[in-house]
Amino acid sequence: MSAILEQLSAVVIEGDETKSPGLVQKALDEGFTAKEILDNALVVGMTEVGIRFKRGDMFVPEVLMSAEAMQTGLGILRPLLAASGAEMLGKIVMGTVKGDLHDIGKNLVGMLCEGSGFDVIDLGFNVAPEKFIEAVKQHKPNIIGMSALLTTTMRSMGHTIKALEEAGLRAGVKIMVGGAPVDREFADRVGADGYGSNAPAGADLAKQLMGAA
Amino acid sequence: MTQDLTTIISSATKTVEISRAMPTVIIGERINPTGRKAVLAALKEGNFDMVRQDAVNQVKAGAVVLDVNAGVPGVDEPALIQKMMGIVMEETDVPLCIDTADPAALEAALSVYSGKALINSVNGEERSLEAVLPLVKEHGAAVIGLCMDDDGIPETPEKRLQVAGKIIERAGKLGIGPEDIVIDPLALTMGADSSAGILAIESIKLIIAEFGVNITMGASNISFGMPDRKYINSTFIAMAILAGLTCPITNPMVAQVSIAIQAADLVMGRDDYGMAWIKAYRARQKALEAQS
Repeated sequence: MSAILEQLSAVVIEGDETKSPGLVQKALDEGFTAKEILDNALVVGMTEVGIRFKRGDMFVPEVLMSAEAMQTGLGILRPLLAASGAEMLGKIVMGTVKGDLHDIGKNLVGMLCEGSGFDVIDLGFNVAPEKFIEAVKQHKPNIIGMSALLTTTMRSMGHTIKALEEAGLRAGVKIMVGGAPVDREFADRVGADGYGSNAPAGADLAKQLMGAA
Repeated sequence: MTQDLTTIISSATKTVEISRAMPTVIIGERINPTGRKAVLAALKEGNFDMVRQDAVNQVKAGAVVLDVNAGVPGVDEPALIQKMMGIVMEETDVPLCIDTADPAALEAALSVYSGKALINSVNGEERSLEAVLPLVKEHGAAVIGLCMDDDGIPETPEKRLQVAGKIIERAGKLGIGPEDIVIDPLALTMGADSSAGILAIESIKLIIAEFGVNITMGASNISFGMPDRKYINSTFIAMAILAGLTCPITNPMVAQVSIAIQAADLVMGRDDYGMAWIKAYRARQKALEAQS
């Protein structure tokens, strides 16, 4: 890997959002394509962040800073990626389910998915089943991600999956769920395609669901 | 400055007074399956051993009130909360804090409770105000008011004050006095936003200056996503007590947190001659000796 891409992925790991746009520009000037910079620097950096977070060597605020550094770099790449028609890994619509305002876990999964090369559309928190349906119609995602922290709100995941079935949209998407009270048994029972026990596992799961890992 | 109010709650045999003139009241948070998969699994199987243990151990560790939450997905919550409360009332004599988002479960819980319960909780959402406040009035209970409404959790102390005001006003219209409202200004995590701590503290100050009400807070959330959480939690809780927190919902079995609360009470001049502090020290010494 070239020095500039290595430097850029290190800056993502350090979470220095002031340096990443400059390095992205420099990499472009050196002749790398937007897709190469995404895959071989930003994604590499965020993947390492996911690994360290899982290991307990990095903490939530640091992950947020790394995501910020990735975002500022991605901001420059986005129009170039769109113009070149580069293939993203897939598109994910995600949100914290109805009645639940806890969005940190969902945000972390979103950042790590974005850092894995997905296009992520974040619907925020307290997202009702109708909102998920609307978003599926509008964005045509490959995957829907749902999060809940409360035992009392997690049942909305089942409601949402049912609503997707009734709308005839279930077959076209994979569904992944996660959050403190959720487990594999619950995920199976409500008819999700996968369950992630933590944020990095959620991002890995998204890759698996796309057949990319 | 408004006068500080006293909130009184009770079990069949015990009365607890919450006020800024008295030692901090710890509401034990452990009887709650949220985020505790072992408890969730046990409750699903109808195994209440952990409920029993959590009740006894928390009271031993200094809880004066116990929170009871029966939010188990796919289970009849009204029946479960009655069962859990029955067990807690069998094992301990402390007043209970009935923790549910389901009005049917709340009604079921209140119907089997003898004494003046603390209800957890109402918030500024229309739906919540309409469902919960009439039950508070009917059963002569006290209630925790969360500073959030139909628009979510406000981002400034001033807006949280407004939501607190709305809850107090609506309760007042039903004849529920502000002494029976305990406000939770909401502590979000500093893991996601490092200003969450000071925002919670400033909210407490504004709310008590305006209304004089008692203040509760889930004091464990503040450190989510951070390493060495117990040090953050214990420092935050002591600072929040200075600001006006009177009845935190927390885990008294975390020694750092309960010691910080005892020390804060001493600093606040609520522990005459430091007797509670010395007594707690002796209990810790005794526990250490028993171990060695």
